[in-house]
Amino acid sequence: MAGPAVTKTRTALVQRPRRAPLPVKEFKGKAEPDWCPGCGDFGVLNALKSAVAELGLHPHEVLTISGIGCSSNLPGYINTYGMHTLHGRALAVASGAQLGNHGLKVVVTGGDGDGFGIGGNHFVHAMRRNLDLTYIVMDNQIYGLTTGQVSPTSRKGMKTKSTPHGSVENPVNAIPLAIVCGATYVARGFSGQQKHLIELIKGAIEHKGFAFVDVFSPCVTYNKENTHEFFKQRTRKLEDMGHDPSDFHAAIEKGGLWGDDIPIGLFYRNEAVPALDELEPVLAEGGPLAHRPLDVSEENARAVIAELM
Amino acid sequence: MAQPDFSVGIGGAAGQGVATPGTLLAKLFVRRGLHINAYNAYQSIIRGGHTFLTIRTGEAPVRCMGDELDMLIPLNQDTMDRHVRRMRPGSAVLFDGGKVNPEGAADGVQLCPLPLAQLAKSPLHYNTAAVAAVLRLVGVECRPFEDMLAEQFERKGDAVVAENVAVARAGYEYAGAHFRPYPFALPDTKKPLAVATGNECLAMGGVAAGVKFYCAYPMSPSTGVLMWMARHARQLGIMVRQVEDEIGVINMAIGAAHTGCRALCATSGGGFALMTEALGAAAMMEIPVVCINVQRAGPATGVPTKTEQGDLWQVLGAGQGDYPRLIAAPISIADCFHTIPQIFNLADRFQCPGIVLADLLESEGFSSLDPAELDFNPPRDRGEVIGLDGPPVPSGEGYERYRQTESGVAPRALPGTPGHAHVVATDEHDERGVLISDEFTDPHKRQAIMERRQRKMDGALPLIDPPRLAGAADAEVTLVGWGSTWGVIAEAVEKLEREGIRANHLQVKWMVPLHVEAIQQALANARKIVIVENNYSGQFARYLRSETGVVADAHIRKYDGEPFMPHHVVEGVRKVLAGKTKKYVPVHEIRV
Repeated sequence: MAGPAVTKTRTALVQRPRRAPLPVKEFKGKAEPDWCPGCGDFGVLNALKSAVAELGLHPHEVLTISGIGCSSNLPGYINTYGMHTLHGRALAVASGAQLGNHGLKVVVTGGDGDGFGIGGNHFVHAMRRNLDLTYIVMDNQIYGLTTGQVSPTSRKGMKTKSTPHGSVENPVNAIPLAIVCGATYVARGFSGQQKHLIELIKGAIEHKGFAFVDVFSPCVTYNKENTHEFFKQRTRKLEDMGHDPSDFHAAIEKGGLWGDDIPIGLFYRNEAVPALDELEPVLAEGGPLAHRPLDVSEENARAVIAELM
Repeated sequence: MAQPDFSVGIGGAAGQGVATPGTLLAKLFVRRGLHINAYNAYQSIIRGGHTFLTIRTGEAPVRCMGDELDMLIPLNQDTMDRHVRRMRPGSAVLFDGGKVNPEGAADGVQLCPLPLAQLAKSPLHYNTAAVAAVLRLVGVECRPFEDMLAEQFERKGDAVVAENVAVARAGYEYAGAHFRPYPFALPDTKKPLAVATGNECLAMGGVAAGVKFYCAYPMSPSTGVLMWMARHARQLGIMVRQVEDEIGVINMAIGAAHTGCRALCATSGGGFALMTEALGAAAMMEIPVVCINVQRAGPATGVPTKTEQGDLWQVLGAGQGDYPRLIAAPISIADCFHTIPQIFNLADRFQCPGIVLADLLESEGFSSLDPAELDFNPPRDRGEVIGLDGPPVPSGEGYERYRQTESGVAPRALPGTPGHAHVVATDEHDERGVLISDEFTDPHKRQAIMERRQRKMDGALPLIDPPRLAGAADAEVTLVGWGSTWGVIAEAVEKLEREGIRANHLQVKWMVPLHVEAIQQALANARKIVIVENNYSGQFARYLRSETGVVADAHIRKYDGEPFMPHHVVEGVRKVLAGKTKKYVPVHEIRV
């Protein structure tokens, strides 16, 4: 990939020195997951814990934010700062948190219903802003916690408890959607491909800008169609397909592939686009907003009052 | 000064520049140290329609727009036709003699046709000539206005300044030669005041509170807060964001607040409706965040540019379940400024959402302010916070975010603080933040947690000033209001006094927590309680009854989109005392 035209600051951000890895057990959460045995989300949780540990991040430096749904219980199962917010609102909360303290590594986790259904509006706008967030969607193509209704990514024709005669609606394809909305790191993983997924998540966390990782995370209880076996047979790595993630149009094209060959890996990466916090002059100096003193200088108070006189 | 105050009404179509002469006059008045209060009646239209700005000025504080106009400046025939019959003998109507016909004026109303096309080359300068003519009639010299024009057009060069000043002088001289001045002159107290809208006061209150994060979705009549914040963001170091919708707004504010920023947002009733679930989330996660609801006439899209006090029950009941919240309704434009730091201190201390219930009357109106009272560094209480200054911090061994405490409040550790990692959740959770909502549900724990969260409010009440009864203890009638109606009721009390009716007045600002005992005591000896509010169903009357058991004897209500004027209240009291009604609904005489 050709070197992007980045500023010195960006180069420093992108090429920061590697840290010594931490033991994965440092990230063991206070509670044990209550997911069904065999749930794909275990694989995503393990991959995320491994990724932050391998990057040498400390638990207090990471803020994991989720919405509501089976997969959104994840922050309770990892030892970082966490926010288990409302259904669909994780990205909105995360946007405020990242801007409030841009020194934090903010990781957002959730499901397909949470992110692409009820949270669809925030999904689109967080990406166009290129906020420095890592967004991991555990995509199981079903509503699990509500016991098996159609999701925005359910296949057309899929029979669920809310579509007993088969869904007549088209699913959303989150990969091309993310690329056209302005996400600058767009990847897809499979919870059954641990090492591959860890690398994708590490890349996402290290990426300065909006990084979206859609993960096939099969629901063993309510989705009898998109199973581990289904993905095991069909997923193909983009790395093996000669794909160039700097090619915007090729990335969209690859994102549209579905059927016997379903690509996983890094679809798109653009390191030349500044993240929102880099574009905001208020953050240029003075450190995170959260830690700045609240006092208003005499000069500023006088200037504001002078405008009123 | 022969009369206590002077009111001028300026009206025209939207886009015709009603705001310009209004702003100029307001500044000229406050620079002379005169108090002002202004109300802008406008419509949800960018060009056309009818807007009407009332500015009232005087040496003593002016609390509302009053009842009468001393001067009318109709910029078009429509305004003339709507308002000219309101003008009393002794008042004046100033208009473009070449365009507007003053038909219908009562005898004794001075008609002042200005030949604007002769006085100014361009219609751009008509306002300048008109303002100068006003000054001449109220005995104010032209010089301060010339100086103001020089300030305003400095950047456009000397020629533009000279042209404007020449038009001002022409208007001033013409008025002197052709019209009769008022029998009084507006004095100069030599103590210049400031002037600001309620929206500006809310925004500046945020600055004084130390707000570092402000976000909003544009919604009338709260958009002025966003615009002020955006204009000053870089100078003051405030992150300002326009967000995709109000759900995003409140959630973003919660995210910023959780990291330790004081985070503020503003909207109107419709946007607030979208925020309600997240306000409960803030209470559940125990994150202090402040949301301003600038009420407009509802329901639904309602009347976007008209005022109402119709959202009290919405904010009282915002969101599912029981949760601690703070609700304050500022009682004046100046109070908009002071309320924001006050509510932030309580929200931080008790780790809960704060709601400010302002309305269009305050937000789009403007008022003189004593600059000495604009304290941008008032006392700030951040409550119990760990890691406010950033790492490093103590070990955090055994740290429990939601520890059971007597006050109900446990210290909150900010993300990024070493040794204190924890999860805040909208699901019910135990002391450590671990969910108890699903398979591990424990009724005893749930009860204890509910009681701890609700207990926090016990500590808030003593920190809030109780409402105080103003006026004679042995009054015939006690007027009770809340929020923005303070000024108009206070003036109505004085008017009643002049008519020989002794009235007193209780204005309530803090809705939650409510000073139940103080209110009960204040009203214990009231002979006749009349509640005045700007809504249909008597939302405050019902709230007062449910919380204090106080049942009003009568009501004065208005829900036509316009605010009360003092005579509406006076008339209502007269009717009530005469036994003619228990619910008086005044008719707004002016179609605006």
